[in-house]
Amino acid sequence: MSRAFFALLLRDIRLAAGVGGGGGMAVFFFLVVVAIVPLGVGPDRPMLERLAPGMLWVALLLAALLTLDRLFQADNEDGSLDLLSAGPLPLELVAVAKSLAHWLVTGLPLVIAAPVLGLLLSLPPETMPSLILAMLVGTPALSFIGAVGAALTVGIRRGGLLASLLVLPFYIPVLIFGVGAASAASAGFEGEAGRQALLLLGAITLGSLVIGPFGAAAALRANLR
Amino acid sequence: MARMSSPTAAQKFHAYANPARFMALSARLLMPLWILSALVIAVGLWYALFNSPPDYQQSETVRIMYVHVPSAWLSMFGYSVMAVASAVALIFRHPLADVAAKSAAPLGAAFTFLALATGSLWGKPMWGTWWEWDARMTSVLILLFLYLGYMALWATIEDPLRAARAAAVLALAGAINIPVIRYSVVWWNTLHQPASVFRIDGPTIAPSMLLPLGLMAVGFTLLFITLHLVKMRAEILRRRVRNLRLARAASAGEG
Repeated sequence: MSRAFFALLLRDIRLAAGVGGGGGMAVFFFLVVVAIVPLGVGPDRPMLERLAPGMLWVALLLAALLTLDRLFQADNEDGSLDLLSAGPLPLELVAVAKSLAHWLVTGLPLVIAAPVLGLLLSLPPETMPSLILAMLVGTPALSFIGAVGAALTVGIRRGGLLASLLVLPFYIPVLIFGVGAASAASAGFEGEAGRQALLLLGAITLGSLVIGPFGAAAALRANLR
Repeated sequence: MARMSSPTAAQKFHAYANPARFMALSARLLMPLWILSALVIAVGLWYALFNSPPDYQQSETVRIMYVHVPSAWLSMFGYSVMAVASAVALIFRHPLADVAAKSAAPLGAAFTFLALATGSLWGKPMWGTWWEWDARMTSVLILLFLYLGYMALWATIEDPLRAARAAAVLALAGAINIPVIRYSVVWWNTLHQPASVFRIDGPTIAPSMLLPLGLMAVGFTLLFITLHLVKMRAEILRRRVRNLRLARAASAGEG
């Protein structure tokens, strides 16, 4: 069974990284959103510095939401999803493999890009390590929770927007604690509170690693029958 | 042949799974429920507006509480009804459970919106702001988003059975928000007033205010139940119409 799991994982990574997989699109979208923020709110550097962690997280969220509907839709359209549901892997592990692949292909590149793009928003370099750590802890939650939304809307035409709307309420705690953990002095999270935010963020991620696949599998079963 | 004993609870549970029986029973219950709801709300409003004391700090504006707090309670109650019905739908496959869940959503969303709106109207004279991003208000806003997303999911999937199962998963996933709202004023000491009614040490609110509050809560709950039955009946009828249309289209194709 672990061979099947890793085979599925590698397949998804290769598909996403290859042609038509949209692997780099999320980072490109991230770049564009971060670039237009100063155009919208003005280039005042102190203000941008205060906004930077929050805006980076919001842009990260949007970029993650954008790639959600690719999680199951493409496989559903060519029938692979039906084969997977009948195969050796339980649907829960299929969801784990796909969420993990999504994080590796979408989440990780976004995390790597974030500090660089933060320079566009005058992000102070001393906050970058905590930003990277917070994003590393928080982005798996985005992939695993997002899988539930993607599974709920698989097979619906233009279901991508609905999937984004459905998971956004669940992303809000990740956003709140992610920003709190990323920046020492923003939104009132200082020192001890920042550490608490990081721990809560970790708790949310760990919970989503377990609950997300079960929810996604249940939703897939509902939509595949 | 089974013994002719009185039906067990399980048998009764499944007896009411029959939509026709539900329609007959609910038709008989509706008018008494309407009258009872109107009565309790009227008495509650009389107590709230005329027969209860003004607050020593907030004077007359405290009376918004008699609409705001029951609405907030009902918003969480509505989601609980939705979550329990969804669980029953997924686990026991009770045929009316998903109808109950779908019908509870717009009512819960309306009470949530009412709670947010009355809270905003109350907050302006009290705290000087229409809105504040504190823990309780943010989590109630998230509750509204959950309701709207749930309703959007039902509206987007065409097949009612498929929609029912998908929506049930979503409702159960969002149920985590209810304890978060309930304890948000305990865990985070921010702007919103902490718990003063359902506390371990008993309510800290004056009895003369507790009575109209309780009456309004009971009245709103009765109203919720009444409207819930109305919506369930409408949904059952809607599905019948859909089945008839599909049957007619199928037979027209063979003609």
